Amino acid sequence: MIKLNINKKTYSLDASPDTPLLWVLRDHVGLVGTKYGCGVAQCGACVVHLNGEAVRSCVTKISRAIGKEVVTIEGLSETNNHPLQKAWLELDVSQCGYCQAGQIMSAAVLLTVKKKPTDQDIDDALAGNICRCGTYLRIREAIHLAADMQGRRSQANE
Amino acid sequence: MNKASLVVFGSLMMMVAFMAFSLDTSKKVTPAVAAKKDSVASVEAFKKVYAVLMSPRCMNCHPSGDVPLQGDDSHLHTMLPKRGIDGKGVFAMKCSNCHQETNTPGLHTPPGSPNWHLPPADMKMVFQGRTPHELAKQLVNPDSNGHKNMKDLIKHADDELVKVGWEMGEGRTPPPISHAAFKKAWITWLKNGAYAPSPKTI
Repeated sequence: MIKLNINKKTYSLDASPDTPLLWVLRDHVGLVGTKYGCGVAQCGACVVHLNGEAVRSCVTKISRAIGKEVVTIEGLSETNNHPLQKAWLELDVSQCGYCQAGQIMSAAVLLTVKKKPTDQDIDDALAGNICRCGTYLRIREAIHLAADMQGRRSQANE
Repeated sequence: MNKASLVVFGSLMMMVAFMAFSLDTSKKVTPAVAAKKDSVASVEAFKKVYAVLMSPRCMNCHPSGDVPLQGDDSHLHTMLPKRGIDGKGVFAMKCSNCHQETNTPGLHTPPGSPNWHLPPADMKMVFQGRTPHELAKQLVNPDSNGHKNMKDLIKHADDELVKVGWEMGEGRTPPPISHAAFKKAWITWLKNGAYAPSPKTI
């Protein structure tokens, strides 16, 4: 049995250490918000956080996640109130929606490093997240909006 | 100092000056590298070293820009990941987000190594576009080689990320000679004086 910490819960899993993390998330644990896109780390639909880094779960073996914290789109916030989730809704970013969990998880890493990202920062951070509906401009706008919300939230907490 | 001593001292100084100017220092990169130096053997070995370092398996991670290269044709890496300050990428685009500790099986999948990275931003150690002369000089200068001395350079032939160049998975042509042959040429080049080929060598 392999123990993994996923969204602050511990799961004991009967899976081979070289099983891709994405398989375990979707098929063993039932967290299907993370999507299978290409399976070869080319599209970004499967991005989750591993100790705060935006790894591609389709090529990440679960052996790499042992002893680390995995966060999926379901664990990004407790009540779906992360600034990115709110901004995504407010600007109606999603079209088909398939890539959006990966987009948001990558954007969340960006916002932890850059509180006020520029367009170039956003392009650099999300260059590996492909959207076949072409929602890139709304994604960029939503990240700026989320950064503003995050800024206001931290000011209110001070 | 008497007159005779002055003449002797003056003559010695002239000899030293003459010897200094008669040496061709333009091609010699590192003085006092080894007791036995053979510039011909050194330059000959560097030809093999250069062929390896300029192969896509080595050069792709030593690009002239801040985006790594990819494939046997050394095109810009898809997704345009950037070097970042430490050479390990930026934000959600870190090298190790895709490149695992080992190769991911299959065609067009990320090759792997535990410490995948480009050279850092403050010392880019560019191979792309360098002539043999330029690359040889760059490789032995601690100010442009990652602060490596001769011992570090010899050891670097067995660096894990260097060796992975010969095991990069399906669809990637390995360097033109084996790692063992490369290591032999590398050490031969260094131990024979680390001579740089003539600037006219292309």
